[in-house]
Amino acid sequence: MEQLRTIGRELAMGSQGGWGQSKEFLDLVKSIGEARSKAEEDRIIARELEHLKRRLADPDVPRRKMKELLLRLVYAEMLGHDASFGHIHAVKMTHDELLPLKRTGYLAVALFLDERHDLVILVVNTIQKDLRSDNYLVVCAALTAACRLIGEEAIPAVLPQVVELLAHPKEAVRKKAVMALHRFYQRSPSSVSHLVSNFRKRLCDNDPGVMGATLCPLYDLILEDPNTYKDLVVSFVNILKQVAERRLPTSYDYHQMPAPFIQIKLLKILAVLGSGDKQASGHMYTVLGDIFRKGDTASNIGNAILYECICCISSIFPNPKMLEAAAETTSKFLKSDSHNLKYMGIDALGRLIKINPDIAEEHQLAVIDCLEDPDDTLKRKTFELLYKMTKSTNVEVIVDRMIEYMINITDHHYKAEIASRCVELAEQFAPSNQWFIQTMNKVFEHAGDLVNIRVAHNLMRLIAEGFGEEDEGADSQLRSSAVDSYLRIVGEPKLPSSFLQIICWVLGEYGTADGKYSASYVIGKLCDVAEAHLTDDTVKAYAISAILKIFAFEIALGRKIDMLPECQTLVDELSASHSTDLQQRVYELQALLGLGKHAVESVMPSDASCEDIEVDRNLSFLNSYVQQALEKGAAPYVPESERSGVISVGSYRSQEQQETSAYTLRFEAYELPKPSLPLATSQASMSTPTTDLVPVPEPGYYKEGHQTSRSQPSGDSLSGEFGVKLRLDGVQKKWGRPSYSSSPTPSSSTSSQQATNEGSHSDGGGSTSSQTRESSYGSKRQQGTEISAEKQRLAASLFGSSASKADRKAQASRKTTKDSPSTEKATVTNAAPQPVKEQVIPAAPPPDLLDLGEPSSPPSADPFSQLEGLLGPASASPVLSETPATSSSKTPDLMSIFSDDVQTGATSGSTEPTLGDAKLKNFHKGATAGAAKKGPSLQDALQKDAAARQVGVTPTGNNPNLFKDLFG
Amino acid sequence: MIHFALLISRQGKVRLTKWYTPYPQKQRSKVIKEVSTLILARGPKLCNFVDWQGCRVVYKRYASLYFCMCIDPADNELETLQIIHHFVEILDRYFGNVCELDLIFNFHKAYFILDEILIAGELQESNKKAVLRLVTAQDSLVEAAKEEASSLSKIIAQATK
Repeated sequence: MEQLRTIGRELAMGSQGGWGQSKEFLDLVKSIGEARSKAEEDRIIARELEHLKRRLADPDVPRRKMKELLLRLVYAEMLGHDASFGHIHAVKMTHDELLPLKRTGYLAVALFLDERHDLVILVVNTIQKDLRSDNYLVVCAALTAACRLIGEEAIPAVLPQVVELLAHPKEAVRKKAVMALHRFYQRSPSSVSHLVSNFRKRLCDNDPGVMGATLCPLYDLILEDPNTYKDLVVSFVNILKQVAERRLPTSYDYHQMPAPFIQIKLLKILAVLGSGDKQASGHMYTVLGDIFRKGDTASNIGNAILYECICCISSIFPNPKMLEAAAETTSKFLKSDSHNLKYMGIDALGRLIKINPDIAEEHQLAVIDCLEDPDDTLKRKTFELLYKMTKSTNVEVIVDRMIEYMINITDHHYKAEIASRCVELAEQFAPSNQWFIQTMNKVFEHAGDLVNIRVAHNLMRLIAEGFGEEDEGADSQLRSSAVDSYLRIVGEPKLPSSFLQIICWVLGEYGTADGKYSASYVIGKLCDVAEAHLTDDTVKAYAISAILKIFAFEIALGRKIDMLPECQTLVDELSASHSTDLQQRVYELQALLGLGKHAVESVMPSDASCEDIEVDRNLSFLNSYVQQALEKGAAPYVPESERSGVISVGSYRSQEQQETSAYTLRFEAYELPKPSLPLATSQASMSTPTTDLVPVPEPGYYKEGHQTSRSQPSGDSLSGEFGVKLRLDGVQKKWGRPSYSSSPTPSSSTSSQQATNEGSHSDGGGSTSSQTRESSYGSKRQQGTEISAEKQRLAASLFGSSASKADRKAQASRKTTKDSPSTEKATVTNAAPQPVKEQVIPAAPPPDLLDLGEPSSPPSADPFSQLEGLLGPASASPVLSETPATSSSKTPDLMSIFSDDVQTGATSGSTEPTLGDAKLKNFHKGATAGAAKKGPSLQDALQKDAAARQVGVTPTGNNPNLFKDLFG
Repeated sequence: MIHFALLISRQGKVRLTKWYTPYPQKQRSKVIKEVSTLILARGPKLCNFVDWQGCRVVYKRYASLYFCMCIDPADNELETLQIIHHFVEILDRYFGNVCELDLIFNFHKAYFILDEILIAGELQESNKKAVLRLVTAQDSLVEAAKEEASSLSKIIAQATK
């Protein structure tokens, strides 16, 4: 009896409370809502999870109660807690016969698991069964879950049933089946590729919803291979035309726009199909023109369609009239007050200038406004646009702007992106060496640890090789300006590791080349670097190798070298280092110091980092040695493949290469723990013959210097960066196991991450330009030059000489701007103060948190009530009256199909109320309330408030807005 | 494609999460934290779009709730903004003057509605009526089951008196 009573209570639980939840759940939510801190919230949830764990394990829990427990579990996991112990219960619930429970089970499973989870295998079977169910709601639930949970290997299990469901009488099922197939296609294109014809068929589905859903997979398929779908261009254009002419049921209208989401999808498809295809594009111009004409710039959705239209036009074969319309709309976007539209305008402009660069000209001031806007998103989008329109004439301004912005952001992801863009632009358009070096210095100084290490290697190569011109003088000028600036910068604290590596390498290679700086001065600087970065072995290794090179060059020139005391300390310290790499470098240095002039010259040739290294693939220099050994009675080398006696062992070996290598002696050099050294390139030329092998007793090498006999894998990898990698794959094998040449190449990108120095952009002498800018800024401010003039100038420098017309109009007095590059540069420095000034101004007033007004409020007339009123005869009339045979000859089904559907839709709409049995009562109440309301309905809110008080949930001081109508 | 949908309150509390691209549980909390700090810090009158980790998050504030969706950078941001609005309008219609409390206590219903609008990260239905029709059809079964249950409980209650 007692048990029965509890069951009764449990059963009644479902209908308790204002929101159909049990008291327990309401209490939970309430206590979480009132939690003062994250820790308190965590405690509450932890207690709840404990409770749930106990309850779920209890076999006697009634199923209905189980559903609620599961929802509470979902709630806990949503708040970021681990509820994995309950996942299996969710899986179990999907087996339930009752739809509400099954649906909850599927919901929980889809939220808990993803296709890679182990438990999914238990759900696949249920999904399979449910896809065959008679109840279309069960099928829908199964399809929704399938979209989330069926991974690549499970696709074949459900595919046949999903395909069958494409012909299901219920449009909701067909639609979900299409979407499921789309998902399967994304997961594994090959498994669905034979079903493409089904998508084409579904395009002519009776239901516009299904047709709209079919556009998703078709878009993906067309993106993959546009050419096989060219035949559909006419159909797509026709559908778009009919949609735009309001032939679809009005229930698809959204804010008075006919089926805008379908229009957007169609425009996306047409953009792909028309790309570079004059004939296909020809079909589209009329309908695109229509859409432009009907375009509604007052509503968000209208703008979304217009934007998509611009995208389409910029992608298809260009048509002057269309481009004009697109440019016009773009300028409307740019002139708008809404940030969203400005953003879209900038994006659209970026697309249009690819076709016609002149379009940007008339919007230069709008673009500069966006660039100086406090909104980060808009700024970034504008940088993207500038990046697209960079030329050699405006590269200085743009890259300067980018770097300035880069210095001030903390978002690492974007910082890295903009840094690599700066590097790319600078490499491509650099007007002078000096500028290039300075720009790179700035980029590396502020984002050195974020850019790819390859960029650093690229810079070294560029300095070593020059810009590819024959002019040797320009190259050496580039180098000496690099050395100049590096010697100035090197003392700065907190330089990123990769930047220091570049500095050390360049100083070692070219520090003394032009005779401007004495060897001891440069060495002193390098010692400082090594001392200042005690923890960074890579930098120390670069520094010590640079010192070695300078010593070598000095010895080669016959000068007497004097060991500085700090250098001696460094050498002593490093020779006892824990890093064997550092030790070895120091020993090399010491050995080198003891060598004669001639030997040093050949070990360390000056400026040889770009020399090609010739590899003797036959190892012919070993012939005499081999010959000697053979004469002494050594067995000749037999390649492993020819060793007949050990076939079985050989095949075993080749299979289990990895394992055997663990047990046998390793003949390859162990990879160095450190990235490569730049000196290695020149050195590698000497060590080539012995690379990767045990030291060969060849007297000649010992004479030249014993350090060359060590294997030098780091040289290998580094010279790879320089494009002259030591290629060992073709080298004839003399000894050892045949796999020796595949020794692992040490990665050269183990640059340790350092804290970036965002705050310090007082880069001393490194950026004289910024100083001059500062001072000119000061004088400017005193003069009180008007802002618009500054903007004009910036515009002129950004948009190049083509902007001169507009410029002259705006400011007649400025005539000398674009005569020569030098005056142009002057403009640059003049224009530059502006941004500094702009950024000093506080970004925006602190956001008013209580301001609930949304920027774009929904139209004052309630869309629902209008829709409600429109459905019925009004919706059917345009279709019925306009069913001429003209267009139906082109698209046989669509027209009649849609008009049919409207009629059925209308009738179902009218019959619905008469269905009104008790079950639907609730919904109708809600629907009529929604339909009747204009603005927030007081009555509803009051009811809700009363319900809330009844269950004891009160709006806390924490969040007084809980009851606030979302549209309020 | 939409990678995930997120509902957060002004205090940064999560009200609803839906992942269309698989994210492991640990990463989910990280994503939510990053996105919510990013969005809650933004003032009014700015763009409704934010760049985040190479994706774009489109968000909109309704009363005290922020609705966010993460999309590919190549997608149409304005369209996504309207998908959010579409979702809110349907919620409003279903609950009748929807407020944050409705979504807190009936988050599973909000999930069901979202499942009818978006599937696998794509908009599957732009017809409000069709969505509501399906959701209420499912609810009617729940109601039926509930009535059955409550009548049963009455019988039990009477029997045990």
